[in-house]
Amino acid sequence: MKLNWFKYAAPATFYPLAGKLIPWFAWSGAILAVAGLYLSFFVAPTDFQQGESYRIIFIHVPAAWMSMFIYIVMAGWAAAGLIFNTRLSSMMASALAPTGALFTVIALWTGALWGKPTWGAWWVWDARLTSELILLFLYLGFLALHAAIDDPRRADRASAVLALVGVVNVPIIYFSVKWWNTLHQGASVSMTMAPKMAATMLLGMLVMALACWMYSIAAALARVRCIILEREQQAEWIANLAKEPT
Amino acid sequence: MMRTLRYIVSRDVLLAMRRRADVATTLFFFVIVASLFPLGVGPDPKLLRAMAPGILWVAALLASMLSLGRLFAADYADGSLEQLVLAPDPLAVVVIGKVLAHWLVSGLPLVLISPVIALQFDLPAEAIATLLLALLLGTPLLSLIGAIGAALTVGVRGGGVLVSLLVLPLYVPVLIFGAGAVDASASGMDAGGHLSILGALLLLGMALAPWATSAALRISLE
Repeated sequence: MKLNWFKYAAPATFYPLAGKLIPWFAWSGAILAVAGLYLSFFVAPTDFQQGESYRIIFIHVPAAWMSMFIYIVMAGWAAAGLIFNTRLSSMMASALAPTGALFTVIALWTGALWGKPTWGAWWVWDARLTSELILLFLYLGFLALHAAIDDPRRADRASAVLALVGVVNVPIIYFSVKWWNTLHQGASVSMTMAPKMAATMLLGMLVMALACWMYSIAAALARVRCIILEREQQAEWIANLAKEPT
Repeated sequence: MMRTLRYIVSRDVLLAMRRRADVATTLFFFVIVASLFPLGVGPDPKLLRAMAPGILWVAALLASMLSLGRLFAADYADGSLEQLVLAPDPLAVVVIGKVLAHWLVSGLPLVLISPVIALQFDLPAEAIATLLLALLLGTPLLSLIGAIGAALTVGVRGGGVLVSLLVLPLYVPVLIFGAGAVDASASGMDAGGHLSILGALLLLGMALAPWATSAALRISLE
């Protein structure tokens, strides 16, 4: 049997598929989150240097990973939307942006909560913190540009260009901030974690990262379903959908 | 192609010269912002000397961003932008011409006046020379990056504020290496590394930004 992937490029066929997939991703995300939180709170040992406060990395590190990864995926969908002119790709890009921005905020917030007991400051101008902050600005720019343009197709394409420009810039920004940081600041504050991580700590972090993945996919699919309904409200299949008994 | 480039540059510079007040506004904005900082942080010369590179560069960033609105808005309003997009020459050439004109009108005067402002902050002569060089390399890059944001927001409501949100995060590397060069030179170190990276970024911007800008313009004018 040959699977025709392009069949699901049409919103009309993707909408029910997404509806079927969401519970799977949502439930596996919830189960993984419970398992990950159990591992990170009850199984993982207390760090001998940082005490209990280190446990925030079980949220912080997965959130930081997701914030960067979602930006790249978003730019990938945006590029696909520009190149193949498929509506659904652009919808996926705009469905991912709020989730990415959310994870960036979580990463910054938990970083601050971790920094206060560990470094004694809510915020330091560390290279990673600074580039994460700039990443948040890039997400906000994407969302703001998309919201400012009334015609959805034009909004899609304009914000796609912005996302691609951002993707070219992210490494440049990261390295310039890193270099700026090493020039300005002595090694008083080091972001490097304890060199050896206990296996259970790593496991907890990986399970939490997987949970974040599942959550992101479920959230993006749910959001893209709303976007599809909003944009295709004149389509016949949506009228039929409304008539169907639930 | 060269003729188109020359024509666009001379047309835009001529248009800007017909409305000199706009050009002067950008310049005065730069001067005023830079002069406000000593009033805010106090007249201690040591503090001011340490802050000068950052202040001058941030002021340059803001001034360059303020003038971005002029890049495409007027041409969009009177319809000539559409004619330029339809012209047989590659749109990237038109964009390069417009960016060059924008830099000549808003970037170059700022570079030329910056030594005077630097004197207010008691920067040593060597650092002032580096500042001049760094601004000379950095301000065209600001115009190039800014053009992308300006093209994306052509005809969008609230475009002026939006463009700052889009463009300022992308200005970060220019700020870091520009201010870093002046900083290094003020503390007696070699600024060559910073300036080289600034030059490399300028080349990268020259290669990629006109392309992205013309894609954005095509989308905006659909």
